[in-house]
Amino acid sequence: MTHTASKPGQTEVWITGIGLATSLGEGLEANWAALSEKRINVDDKGFAPYIVHPLMPVSFDAQIPKKGDQRQMEAWQRIGTYAAGLALDSAGIKGNKDILSKIDMVVAAGGGERDLNVDTGVLTAEAKGANAPGFLNERLMSDLRPTLFLAQLSNLLAGNIAIVHGLGGTSRTFMGEEVAGADAARIALARIASGESDIALVGGSHNGERKDLLVLYEFGDFNLKDKFAPVWARKDHPGFALGSAGAFLVLESKAHAEARGAKPFAKLSSVVADLARRKQPGDMTATLEKLWAKLPKREGKGAIITGATGAEPATSEERGFLKGHSDFPVRSTGTMFGHTMETQFPLGIALAALSISRGALFPPNDSTGTEIEMQGAPTQIVVVGAGHWRGEGMALVEAVG
Amino acid sequence: MTAPRDKLGRPVVVVTGMGIMTSLGAGKADNWAKLVAGESGIRTITRFPVDGLKTTMAGTVDFVNVEPFSSTGLSERMAELVTDEALAQAGIGAKGDFPGPLFLAVAPVEVEWPQRRELGRAVGKPDFTYDDLLRISGGGKYSAYHHRFMFGSVAAYLAETFGTKGSPISLSTACASGATSIQLGVEAIRRGETDAALCVATDGTVNPEALVRFSLLSALSQQNDPPQAASRPFSKNRDGFVMAEGAGALVLESYEAATARGAKILGVIAGCGELTDSFHRTRSSPDGKPIIGCMNKTLADAGMTPDQIDHINAHGTATPENDKMEYNTTSAVFGELLQKIPVTSNKSMVGHTISAAGAVEAIFSLLTLEHQRIPPTINYDTPDPTILFDVVGNKARDARVTAVMSNSFGFGGQNASLILTREPA
Repeated sequence: MTHTASKPGQTEVWITGIGLATSLGEGLEANWAALSEKRINVDDKGFAPYIVHPLMPVSFDAQIPKKGDQRQMEAWQRIGTYAAGLALDSAGIKGNKDILSKIDMVVAAGGGERDLNVDTGVLTAEAKGANAPGFLNERLMSDLRPTLFLAQLSNLLAGNIAIVHGLGGTSRTFMGEEVAGADAARIALARIASGESDIALVGGSHNGERKDLLVLYEFGDFNLKDKFAPVWARKDHPGFALGSAGAFLVLESKAHAEARGAKPFAKLSSVVADLARRKQPGDMTATLEKLWAKLPKREGKGAIITGATGAEPATSEERGFLKGHSDFPVRSTGTMFGHTMETQFPLGIALAALSISRGALFPPNDSTGTEIEMQGAPTQIVVVGAGHWRGEGMALVEAVG
Repeated sequence: MTAPRDKLGRPVVVVTGMGIMTSLGAGKADNWAKLVAGESGIRTITRFPVDGLKTTMAGTVDFVNVEPFSSTGLSERMAELVTDEALAQAGIGAKGDFPGPLFLAVAPVEVEWPQRRELGRAVGKPDFTYDDLLRISGGGKYSAYHHRFMFGSVAAYLAETFGTKGSPISLSTACASGATSIQLGVEAIRRGETDAALCVATDGTVNPEALVRFSLLSALSQQNDPPQAASRPFSKNRDGFVMAEGAGALVLESYEAATARGAKILGVIAGCGELTDSFHRTRSSPDGKPIIGCMNKTLADAGMTPDQIDHINAHGTATPENDKMEYNTTSAVFGELLQKIPVTSNKSMVGHTISAAGAVEAIFSLLTLEHQRIPPTINYDTPDPTILFDVVGNKARDARVTAVMSNSFGFGGQNASLILTREPA
């Protein structure tokens, strides 16, 4: 098990900036309001029978002023670059050259957004008999936009963030679906806690409104079809509804934050992750239990925010784990935001920090009784992220002080 | 050997196992023999038709069997083979039980054309839309493709096969990925999280679309005939890089742990550094400051000064811009000293192994330290008069080498450097 936790002598790591652009809206106010009102934004027609949580439209100009930059990106990168800008604004470091020139970036990314017209064009021409040896080559040479490659490359989300917002520190991109988001937070936390880094931008973005992604997940029958239901109410009708979202965090050593007078939303105390073999029923539950035991002691008023997907058997395995901790109120980001893959874990940390800073957990939205009301202010929130196929992560977000 | 801690008080990180595969062959012995002999692994592509392509050669790995074939499958198989080699040399842990985490540099994963075409054929009619493809994708017939084309699939396979600990990290920093995988391992050991780390980098993506993508960005050499002469780092008539496949694996350990178990130490990762260039998606900042900063950070991380570097394993892609920028920035860092530092580019022979390059070249650098012999930069017949490196042209050179700087620069403003030494400073 790999884990990072503040050890004696290591610095506390604060969350001093949050940027959210999701299917519920842009910014902290809009997202919090929608959560409080249990508003969900799903589209069951545009991709029918598949259900997606579409991005609430934003004006990209506000964070990506150059149209030329916007044109160089596909949607997933625009969403992420936008949300990253919001996080920098939230931390009060937007345009601060001294800080941005040294900030360390760890981004969780997918990629590969395709030009569906090109793909369909090639395949239908082949179906009609185009079979010359160089047919595919010639079509790709003439039909692919030269810049599309850069809009597909995983590390070009980080690249675009650096260009648009002027980040000049370091840049690492982690891939690997859901757990990539946990690992990004884990490594950034470890680097700050050990003094290797003072401040980091961490997060991810996802465009769920993509038929090429629906194809990929349909291969494994993972897509939610026909009818929306909260994550916990999908047992007989399993699957995830892809969601569009960008979620970025500014993580900072306490000393660095205090020196510039920055206020924390919360502190990130620990991030742990593992890879359950998932060969036998109970494997994943056992791994989540192990991760739970690795987190620092929880003595405060706790809650759990999970990125449970609604896909099986992972969601049932996770339910098994949650049953052992039924005194913790649970909230599912999958119900409210859909499944945003690499972004789900950073989104969970963001909502944990926001809930702690606002002194309340957002209300449950569930018909099965898995999510219960919470009275009073949470001081410790465990973020859970178990992948639909592989990878498990957990974080502890705590009130400062 | 000396102290288990470096000048900054951190655990010294050493290499105790290495495995490598390139278009030259499998394993360290074969690769090294061919490398110092100046052999090229670049050949005309036979894996798929090249009609209609401007670039028809690459450094493919054609001697590894993968069924059913996919670029990701090839990346995975190569990664497995080089890890086997590295673990056999290191003699660490037990079979299927590596005592540390995995950091894997891997090309971004996506559904590939053979699978897409299979889906297209399965629709069973000449006119269809993308929705028709989507409609027939489910039902379990293609579930293996879901598993194959997860970004984390290669790392998960390696982690399960070799029993690495914790959550394996799959990373991409474009052409710097291999160096980043090593850097992540070094940092984990320095922080004291682990005594050992497995750093693997692999790239098997010579496929039609990947070739077209780089072609459309005018990044590839078009000197197809003869293919062996296509990759011309630092030459006046260089015209782009040559795509290539390969993999490298390194077992990293703390000096203390390695010596405690009596392991043979192959070299030291003395320093790592990275610095982002926010100038442009594919071009370096014209003033070269991010690359200069990257090299300086790496020297500082190693606690070394430029006069202590006696060889540079260059990024040396053979694109017109890279090689010029690399010379300008390197000379800014090393000044007058540069005249006395032999420089070489392994890419002249093995091509650009993209996601694997940083690890492949780190391994070649460590072999250079071991053999005290610098592999040549082949095809160096017409030196670029504006690039005043002491290029090890065409023939290997015996030299006293104690510290090598290995550089990697990638799309998206990714710069990473490593300093490798024979013994702890």
